[in-house]
Amino acid sequence: MKLYQQMFTRLQSEGRGAFVPFVTIGDPNPELSFAIIKTLIDAGADALELGIAFSDPIADGPTIQGANIRALAAGVTPAISFDIIKKIRAYNATIPIGLLLYSNLVMARGIDNFYAQAAAAGVNSVLIADVPLHESKPFRLSATKYGIAPIYIVPPNVDDDDLREIASYGRGYTYLLSRAGVTGAETVAAMPTSELIARMRSYNPAPPLLGFGISTPEHVKDAIQNGAAGAISGSAIVKLIEQYKDQPSQLLAALTQFVGSMKAAS
Amino acid sequence: MSELKLNAYFGQYGGMFVPQLLVPALKQLEQAYVDAIADPAFNAEFQQLLTEYAGRPTPLTLCRNISPNPLVKIYLKREDLLHGGAHKTNQVLGQALLTKRMGKKEVIAETGAGQHGVATALACALLGLKCRIYMGAKDIERQQPNVFRMKLMGATVIPVTSGSGTLKDAVNEAMRDWSASYDTTHYMLGTAAGPHPFPTIVRDFQKMIGEEAKQQILKAEGKLPDAVIACVGGGSNAIGIFADFIEEVGVKLIGIEPGGKGTDTHQHGAALSTGSYGILHGAYTAIMQTEDGQIEESYSISAGLDYPAVGPQHTHLQQTGRAQYIAINDDEALAAFQLLAKTEGIIPALESSHALAYALKFAKQATEPTVLLVNLSGRGDKDLAHVHSVLAGGSL
Repeated sequence: MKLYQQMFTRLQSEGRGAFVPFVTIGDPNPELSFAIIKTLIDAGADALELGIAFSDPIADGPTIQGANIRALAAGVTPAISFDIIKKIRAYNATIPIGLLLYSNLVMARGIDNFYAQAAAAGVNSVLIADVPLHESKPFRLSATKYGIAPIYIVPPNVDDDDLREIASYGRGYTYLLSRAGVTGAETVAAMPTSELIARMRSYNPAPPLLGFGISTPEHVKDAIQNGAAGAISGSAIVKLIEQYKDQPSQLLAALTQFVGSMKAAS
Repeated sequence: MSELKLNAYFGQYGGMFVPQLLVPALKQLEQAYVDAIADPAFNAEFQQLLTEYAGRPTPLTLCRNISPNPLVKIYLKREDLLHGGAHKTNQVLGQALLTKRMGKKEVIAETGAGQHGVATALACALLGLKCRIYMGAKDIERQQPNVFRMKLMGATVIPVTSGSGTLKDAVNEAMRDWSASYDTTHYMLGTAAGPHPFPTIVRDFQKMIGEEAKQQILKAEGKLPDAVIACVGGGSNAIGIFADFIEEVGVKLIGIEPGGKGTDTHQHGAALSTGSYGILHGAYTAIMQTEDGQIEESYSISAGLDYPAVGPQHTHLQQTGRAQYIAINDDEALAAFQLLAKTEGIIPALESSHALAYALKFAKQATEPTVLLVNLSGRGDKDLAHVHSVLAGGSL
């Protein structure tokens, strides 16, 4: 949790926002995935959002579904995913590492055991895509016990009661949805986020990062101008992986360029 | 947060494990349901549709020839005679009325064998709703007549190619659609599973099956049956016939899961028989999964039972010991399918054939007078081509 605070403090002093890339761990295979994540860090990512591959990712559009399928086909398991995270943590001690995954992967290991393993691997936050606020208590308690920030999603249709609770339970950052629907670069933000961010601010939540449909430097710039503390981009990056998965050197070059341009807009 | 109006859990099973984005839509549905069942006008309209359009009450038929044991009477609750050909029609009429109450004009649904898709399409045609139905690409291929039925009734059928291209993937796709369309669209989930409030709503819109059967069997026998037997995929026909008997502790409740090629193989759909619990499609319940929690593909000769999870109330009934769940394999179901046709002149759905197969096993072992009530949840017309090819030597 501390690493998120340090990151936001640093960015504030720089007068900038955060750029946070998302990839599915092990996509397209464990070796290349590690190289990809190192490249994201080297190219200027402020924090990492990493998915553990799941068979039924209901909150994801076709692009990230594809990443899940590739990782599973490459034999990637949660255990292998934690091993990759350990290597990333060894490579960089200070970058905040967030996990984004589905509840059954947590249940299968036992909630406490899962958070213990995540903490041991060097994870700083966990967002469970299919655990809403009112089902989140056992996950939140376990997260807190192991020093992991529980991340909450603020959707565009949130009501004030939920906002108040999310602000009081969330740590690390707040995942602000730019729009309804599933992940994907096909659909961009549909509503003015400034209004929602202003509403949020009155409850003093963990800093909001805007996600869903963030695929250009313009989107990052807009997010920050509208009051977000940064932006998360997943599908646009995963598309590059999909496109260049058989040409690793081109892939890493494309990622360096993409992350560089997104970070420059932050 | 505004509190839920109803309990989302059956013991420790159930809940509402969906993206935060979908919570308002589920709460809106719960509120609409709570208001509707307190509204005499809603109940009157639902009853009228069930009676005048769908054909309720369905008969209870005492089998004349199939019982293998003179001590045992087998009664069939004839949901196969309901309009649409299966029990599915009951609850979609209820949900379609809820859709209108919520002011929504469009409906999405998932379907496996196509029975829920057909039921959804007919209800939407009747009540002027626009519907789109997600169906696995593989299922579309093997259920062509139902695809055509849906289209005839004005539904758009959307093939799902992700994952295994079957029911599980169709549910995933319907939920993805709903997370972008909930403002204008109702998700008409097809079974008593998924996130709260679906397990409760679907059960309540199916429980007339058991209420009618109870009255009918009391009239015929002057007493309650010894056991109620129903097949369980997601579990809507089973919970529908069980619900009114749960308090009657002298009545055994037996759910029959699809054993496929055997529960010792990976080719089955018997989630409750595996004793493994987790979260799929919004509920904590019995599911088929790997050690890591990846969802496994289910298998059954019957597309309607081919689902790797089960409604949470069934998991609770199993855990409390109130109901027991037993797997019946493909070949046993297929034998019962043929036997009912030959001995009683009724062609049952392959799903319902699982329940019947177990009733025959149960009957053989009886040593005293016994009355069995079997939910014949659907008719077998949709299965004719498939069974024909299997009997001609094709694979299951």
